[in-house]
Parts: sequence; C-alpha cells; structure tokens
Amino acid sequence: MRNGGIAMDYDAIVIGGGPAGLTAGIYLSRARMRTLILNEGTVGGQMVLTHEIANFPGVESISGFQLANIMKKQAKAFGCEVRSNVTIADLSLDGGMKSVSLDNGETYHAPVIILSPGGRSRTLGVPGENKFKGRGISYCATCDGDFFTDKEIVVVGGGNSALEEAVSLTKYASKVTVVHQFDHFQAFEHAIEEAKNNEKIHFIMETEVASFVGDEKLDGVNLLNNVTGEGHFFQTDGVFIFIGYVPNTEFLTNKIELNKWGEIVVGSDMNTNISGVYAAGDSIAKRYRQVTTAVGDGTIAAMAASQYFHQLKSKTNALLIHL
Amino acid sequence: MLYTNLKHIESAADHAKVIGDNENVMICCGRMGPMCIPVYGVMEELEDEFKHVRFFDMEFDNPESHVIRNAPECRGFMGLPFTVYYKNGKIVKATTSIQNMTQVKTILEKEFGAPVNA
Ligand SMILES: Cc1cc2nc3c(=O)[nH]c(=O)nc-3n(C[C@H](O)[C@H](O)[C@H](O)COP(=O)(O)OP(=O)(O)OC[C@H]3O[C@@H](n4cnc5c(N)ncnc54)[C@H](O)[C@@H]3O)c2cc1C
Repeated sequence: MRNGGIAMDYDAIVIGGGPAGLTAGIYLSRARMRTLILNEGTVGGQMVLTHEIANFPGVESISGFQLANIMKKQAKAFGCEVRSNVTIADLSLDGGMKSVSLDNGETYHAPVIILSPGGRSRTLGVPGENKFKGRGISYCATCDGDFFTDKEIVVVGGGNSALEEAVSLTKYASKVTVVHQFDHFQAFEHAIEEAKNNEKIHFIMETEVASFVGDEKLDGVNLLNNVTGEGHFFQTDGVFIFIGYVPNTEFLTNKIELNKWGEIVVGSDMNTNISGVYAAGDSIAKRYRQVTTAVGDGTIAAMAASQYFHQLKSKTNALLIHL
Repeated sequence: MLYTNLKHIESAADHAKVIGDNENVMICCGRMGPMCIPVYGVMEELEDEFKHVRFFDMEFDNPESHVIRNAPECRGFMGLPFTVYYKNGKIVKATTSIQNMTQVKTILEKEFGAPVNA
C-alpha cells in the first residue's frame, strides 16, 4: 500500500522477501495479522539465482524463480502485501511500535518486525573489479560461461562453489586456473578430487588477486603471493569469483545484536535481543544455509511473532477494559 | 522463451519497429538466469512509473537478437543481460551484467528524463 509520505500501520513487517521472509509472510497472514513484506531486490532473494532446486522436499525439481513466484503467490493469497525493489532509509526498533522508513519518504509502523535480509556473494573489493564486471569478470558460471568458449580463465576461491564451478567452466574454457589464498581448500573431498582430476584445471595456491588490469576489456590480473609477498601479472580472458557469502545486515549495525561476522544473533524462537523483533534465514548466525532451513526459520519466527503479537493485543485490550 | 511480464521482442523486424515507433525504449536482452531475472523485475516495477518509456525484453539465444548482441555499443560485453536504451531509434546507453533499481533509474532519468508526475 503506497502512502505518499503518510505513515501506515501493520501488525507485522517482514524485511526481506527471500524464502525465509515469504514463509514468514504466509504464516503471519494466515494468523490474520496485517503483514507487509518489504524487499530490496527481486522477490525470491538468492532463490532466483538458482537454476534448479532439486532438494526442496515435495517438489522433484523446480527453478528458483518458479519456486519464488509460488511462495509469493501463496503469501499474497493470504492477504500479505509484498513490495519489491524498495530501499529502507531508516529503521527504528526501539519501543513497542517499530518503524521502517523508505527512501521515498513512506513510513510504516508495526509492533512486530521479522528480519530476513539474507546474504549475497562476497566481492573481492580490489581495484578494477567494478570496471570489468560484465567485461571479463563474472559471478555466475551458468550465465556467462559460454562467452569464454576456448578462452583461458581464472576462478578465484577455494570452497565448494569455486571448485564445482571451475569444473563446470571446463565445458567452455580451454584452461581454468584456480587462484586460492590458502594452501588447502575449504571444500568437500569429492569436489577437490574432481577438480584435481580435470586436466584443464590448474592451481595457484597461497595467492590473491591484487587488481584487475585492462583497457576496454580485461587483459589480466595482478597476483600477489601471500608467502613470498611477490607480485606478478597473469594474463587471462576472464575471471569468475566465488569467494563466499556475506550477510546483508549492514543496515542493522548498532540496532540489533550481530556477531563478529555481521550475522544476527537469535534464540531458539528466532527472537533477537529486542522484544518484538525476530530474524530468520541466511542472515542469522547458523551453520547451514539452504532454502529448507530458511523456510524452517521463517516458520518459527512467524509463529513466535504471532504469539507475541496476540499476547500484546490481549494485554492492550485488558488495559483498555480497565480504563 | 522468456517468461517475464514484459512485452517481448521476437524478431529484428519487431525490434526495428519498436525503436522506430517510440521515442524512449529500454530493451533487456538475456536469458532466464540469475543475472537477468533481477533486471526484468526492476523493469516490471518501473513500467508504471516511467510511462514515457517503453520496456521490452528479447531472448539472447534468439538468432534475431543479433541486433543487440552485435551492436557496437555492446562490443566487449561478456556478462548477461545486455541492456540497451534507445532515444529516437539510436542507442544512448548500454550496460552489461546485473543492474539494480537505482542504477536503472539513474540511466532512465538521465537519458529520458524523470517521470512527469514524479
Ligand atoms: C547460486 C546459489 C545456488 C543455491 N542453490 C540452492 C539449492 O539448490 N538448494 C537450497 O536449498 N539452497 C540453495 N541456495 C541457498 C539458498 O538460496 C539460500 O539459503 C536461501 O535463499 C536463503 O533465504 P533467505 O530468505 O534467508 O535469504 P535470501 O534468499 O538472500 O533473501 C533475502 C532477501 O532480502 C532482501 N534484502 C536484503 N537486504 C534488504 C534490506 N535492507 N531491506 C529489504 N530487503 C532486503 C534481498 O534483496 C533478498 O530478496 C543457493 C544459493 C545460491 C547463491
């Protein structure tokens, strides 16, 4: 509901419309709470980055985009309002009534907030990375792999994604060099083995990318050996970066308890350190990050939040009767 | 087939007609992939707001999309989608790879002007 600068009240506001937020939206709306989901990007979150989800029980195989659209449809069918591509400018979590302001001046109030902003791929943050994004640097092998047919490329990273994507990129590239900062990989043994057994894949260990070099297009990377401190230029046609994940919690700094990795600290009911504020999904401090775990967290957060809300409502009603 | 809610351009002839008949046009040429879907989402969202701009998609793997793939402004692009902005039939801006709402809005406002009743 667009309000053109006037404040709007809801029973619950969910920040983030990935699987965790959409599930919370479904449960809250079914519990007859007026619920608004505010989502910064495309509804579905990281799910839409997934070509095929084959491990969501009850669905043999589905694209992340389709699964996201079904979840959104379900939430809306129960009366949940969903707004995508919004930018949150300010957030106040103190007191009984919390408020969320958007950059267009709209403000929303609710006694319950569920935080489910998920996470995103980590970027290297070195010179040239922004300039060559889409001009030689990619974060998606399935999207851009075929631009590098018969070319020599670099994959940065040493986890499961990096090694699995390095193998999948050998379908296109003539040579794949994996550059990793440590002397060992943080991946499952089978992924390491598969990469090591692939003759198109080469490894440069204990080395980091210091910068990207080129004019109109990427010509290569400056590498820095972490042990010797020596640098050298490495010519390459493309670089794919898979170096892990960061939670989207920058906007929550000093507003809620975060751990040293920026993840939201929650209790067993997905409750945070602030009364009426719950959190769910990839942005919370936990070990396993999957659609199923996000959906589970969203369910718990919504059920606990709903109980909190109805208790709050009963207390308020009782107070009104006494007055 | 791109299953978006945008209008689709299916052929080079369609493309020529669209950019010939409309002053301000944005076309996103991509696949149903993780870098492209967010851009379609942003365009769907902006369609209501930027009524003076026409929004379309075109399938990257359709051979007819050579009109975008081979445009000089897209030379060196190696990331999907290729998003192209036309004013009076001429390309005024082209971007490669994923773009967010702010980035797209900034280009629309710069090249085509802010929405009239914004
Ligand atoms: C390439 C890839 C493949 C994957 N494959 C699988 C798989 O096959 N099976 C599986 O189970 N899992 C898979 N995952 C993991 C799964 O996608 C995530 O665990 C899950 O999406 C997390 O859900 P979430 O709702 O917590 O967060 P997200 O999906 O990250 O959604 C968070 C949403 O919040 C929005 N947001 C962020 N900040 C703000 C803000 N300040 N204000 C408002 N909105 C905000 C984001 O735009 C996003 O839409 C994959 C992940 C990736 C990246």
